[in-house]
Amino acid sequence: MFFIKANYSHPSFKLGMKDISSAAPGVAAWGMMIGVAMIQSGMSLFDSILMTLLVFAGSSQLAAIPLLVAGAPLWVIWATAFCVNLRFVVFSAHLRAYMMSSPRWQRLLAAYLTTDLTYVQFALRFETPAQDLSGQRSEQAYLAGNSFLNWISWMAASLLGISLARYIPSNWGLGFAGILALVGVTCSLATSKLKRISCLIGGVAAILFFTLPLKLNILFAIGCAVLSCLSLEMLHIRYMRRFGIGSHD
Amino acid sequence: MTEFWHITAILGLALITLLTRSFFFISERQWQLPDWVQRGLQFAPIAALSAVIIPEIFMFHAEFSLPWTNARLFAALGGILFFVVRKGRGQVVLGTIVVGMSIYLPLHLGLGWN
Repeated sequence: MFFIKANYSHPSFKLGMKDISSAAPGVAAWGMMIGVAMIQSGMSLFDSILMTLLVFAGSSQLAAIPLLVAGAPLWVIWATAFCVNLRFVVFSAHLRAYMMSSPRWQRLLAAYLTTDLTYVQFALRFETPAQDLSGQRSEQAYLAGNSFLNWISWMAASLLGISLARYIPSNWGLGFAGILALVGVTCSLATSKLKRISCLIGGVAAILFFTLPLKLNILFAIGCAVLSCLSLEMLHIRYMRRFGIGSHD
Repeated sequence: MTEFWHITAILGLALITLLTRSFFFISERQWQLPDWVQRGLQFAPIAALSAVIIPEIFMFHAEFSLPWTNARLFAALGGILFFVVRKGRGQVVLGTIVVGMSIYLPLHLGLGWN
């Protein structure tokens, strides 16, 4: 966590801040757009500020806003948000090996602050979980620094969006900067042939399953991409073994 | 007007953020994911991002948008081109945003493309 000295005094804390800072304009534009969307769809000022400060999840907020305004039943609002957030459940399975060395309250707080961008940049920096104490300290410090700056830029931008909502026409499309930030991060993740294939299959499947309710197309797309890449990898290994060729990338 | 059930809804949403993001490390019981799941998870982040991005670029009001008046497509391609030219060095994500927006805004606001 950012308020723990072992984290903020560690050099990896700054590295985490530096990585996220390059995507911060995108985060800010997206956060601002969510702030604008809350007010413009008719949520009260109090509700908008409370949601910004507590929920801290752009895509689930975006899905919940119209339901809240329309007076949908609580379980529908919560089920929708849960499904939109299911990708984080997948991420948490991946992060488990990195997190278990910390006490529970720190794990939970760190997880709460870990958005898509922080997770992706973390996974890119630390490909395998550290086995020694100094490596684990470095991972936790990186995570703390990255999520700290991410949280600050998101909060500042969202609150700014709430206060400027009357003056920003939503048809300007400023929120697209958030998508472009994700494009940049996706490019930096595309480090092997199989990962590029995963990217392609994920995108195509998300369009094919687009009509599914509750944004379940994202989860289906992750499933398709992961299973196809695993199968391709196994076929590839078998092929290589048969012909005695070396390992792949 | 703020109604009481709105506060309940928002508190529940915050709890869902916490629950989904910490799902697999709430419990301290010893267990290990099967090896094939662990290998498969390395393909999850890029698939998730792509599954968020691609519909944002091609779908408008649940309809597939024609590529040649699609400002978002050209902006994203410009951003990717910038990334490739810089070979991933320096502030590439920032560059991708700046290049992309400087293609997107004129096409979107000037020519009225999607």
